[in-house]
Amino acid sequence: MAEFDSILEVRDLVKHFPVTRGVLFKSTIGQVRAVDGVSFDLKRGETLGVVGESGCGKSTLAQVLMRLEPPTSGSALFEGEDIFKMKGGALRRLRRNIQIVLQDPYTSLNPRMTVGDIIGEPFEIHPEVAPKGSRAAKVRELLDVVGLNPEHINRYPHQFSGGQRQRIGIARALALRPKVIVCDEPVSALDVSIQAQVMNLLGDLQTEFGLSYVFIAHDLSVVRHLSDRVAVMYLGKIVEIGTEEQIYEHPTHPYTQALLSAVPVPDPTQRGRRDVIRLTGDVPSPINPPSGCRFRTRCWKAQDICATEVPELVVRAADHPSACHFAEERAVV
Amino acid sequence: MALLEVEDLHVEFRTRDGVARVLNGVSYHVDAGETLAVLGESGSGKSVTAQAVMGILDTPPAFVTHGEVRFKDEDLLKMSDEKRRETRASGIAMVFQDALSALNPVFTVGFQIEEQLRVRRGMSKADARKRAIELLDQVKIPNAAQRVREYPHQFSGGMRQRAMIAMSLALDPEVLIADEPTTALDVTVQAQIMDLLAELQRERKMAMILITHDLGVVAEVADRIAVMYAGRIVEQADAVTLFRTPGHPYTAALMDSMPRLDQKGTELNTIKGLPPNLLKIPSGCPFHPRCPRRQDICSVDVPRQHNLGLGHVSACHFAEEVVGG
Repeated sequence: MAEFDSILEVRDLVKHFPVTRGVLFKSTIGQVRAVDGVSFDLKRGETLGVVGESGCGKSTLAQVLMRLEPPTSGSALFEGEDIFKMKGGALRRLRRNIQIVLQDPYTSLNPRMTVGDIIGEPFEIHPEVAPKGSRAAKVRELLDVVGLNPEHINRYPHQFSGGQRQRIGIARALALRPKVIVCDEPVSALDVSIQAQVMNLLGDLQTEFGLSYVFIAHDLSVVRHLSDRVAVMYLGKIVEIGTEEQIYEHPTHPYTQALLSAVPVPDPTQRGRRDVIRLTGDVPSPINPPSGCRFRTRCWKAQDICATEVPELVVRAADHPSACHFAEERAVV
Repeated sequence: MALLEVEDLHVEFRTRDGVARVLNGVSYHVDAGETLAVLGESGSGKSVTAQAVMGILDTPPAFVTHGEVRFKDEDLLKMSDEKRRETRASGIAMVFQDALSALNPVFTVGFQIEEQLRVRRGMSKADARKRAIELLDQVKIPNAAQRVREYPHQFSGGMRQRAMIAMSLALDPEVLIADEPTTALDVTVQAQIMDLLAELQRERKMAMILITHDLGVVAEVADRIAVMYAGRIVEQADAVTLFRTPGHPYTAALMDSMPRLDQKGTELNTIKGLPPNLLKIPSGCPFHPRCPRRQDICSVDVPRQHNLGLGHVSACHFAEEVVGG
């Protein structure tokens, strides 16, 4: 792979949500550590997959990167400028460059707006992108790009199926010609046959427009299919990051290994022949995460050091960073 | 004689917009100790079939217009209500997808398990409590004696699913219908629950009908697989045969459109178009508008079930050629 320069550099990003008690005299009794020190680079034109189970902070990460939620601390440089310090005009220009595709195509489109209005709304806020007269033509073009019939511009969201609605959401994200699109579980609400259509579309658009994706999903097969690099999250932290091949073929963190091992493989002849790792218990609460390594309570390798020392995300056993004191390669796929 | 047999079941939903033909002649059977997976996308009728078997269809709008559901050779649809409830209560149980909405939030988990034991088995309160704790233990809920007194919201997603499985096992059913039991769960928890279901089935020699859209889950647990499309079973075979030599273009296309964990794909094969609108199902073979092998006959004649040997049947005019590749 050729060397890209980074379009987005995230450093030590932290997002804590306060847990409060009382209505009138509110007091903070704790913090939900949704994202707790996350760093990564997104290269130009690449897809960074972010995987993890519910509650690992992957969607909060998306919201903070979109500046829908202010971060608690940390920085994110978009083309060298810190997006959390931007205001006014600079922030508005930033929003043109970073767009989001949301998970649920049923709730993320306003049912009282036509498709044309939904996709054209970004132009109202950023009139410099498309002068008034040319908007309808632009919207038709966008519908065509995402594989919908441009003549359906006056229809309402309920007249479309789930897959088509997701295409509308993608068209809206594309309207301002962004450089980065954050995809938050874009295909998890869709049926298998429709999911494949939308995944292919995302791939084609990336090639056509040179987009960079932060692709957030819980489905490891989907993430592998679309991603160049993959970050695995657990309880607000990245536990392992590397190229798609490094993560899937040479995982070194026990959590990554367990996660991969838990995915059922659609081949009945493999039944009972795979190396199966079964985790016990559930993910602990992010309000009170375990000391040291957050995975230690479910880890079969846990030693005393795991409870006292937080493992840093650094290169250990293999050639990519892993946040485990006992990182060791183990093929599970 | 199979333990549970569904034969030529037709169900329609009479809605304001017209009659939706949700099931159009579904037949399947399941034997003791066997796992039948019913695979299909949303709207294919996989859950409605199960609801018809359980007798929990909402009428109106749903009406069973034709067909039989035989449990131990007795047609459940022809029984009196009282007898049917009795038969189902002790014979067939169901696990639902969303445990949070399937459990009653205002009663303790223990109470909800005990209720059936007291009503159906006439157990005393104390005996029912003892049995409920045993059941929670069997589904590997830690500290069962304590948790039996807790409410559903105090359980995590995986624990709730376990509690619902415990509830479904209370009356020792012979058939367990699991409707997308792990779809709402994370993958590590999904693996735990599937292992648990498989283990319980082995121990109790239950028949299991597993309803799912996940080809991976199917491949790991099913003995036989029935693939549904537009209210029909389009293909049935044992798991290995179905994955190795699918005999229906829909099954083949579904498998090709799955991203795989063990290889980095390029372009996924897709199924063109959309699933059919059940208010107006296409003529002939319902899959023909999306089918890559479509011929003239497909839009005219409804394909019969072609027998491909060893219990492998496919409802495609060109089934033999599809198997040949």
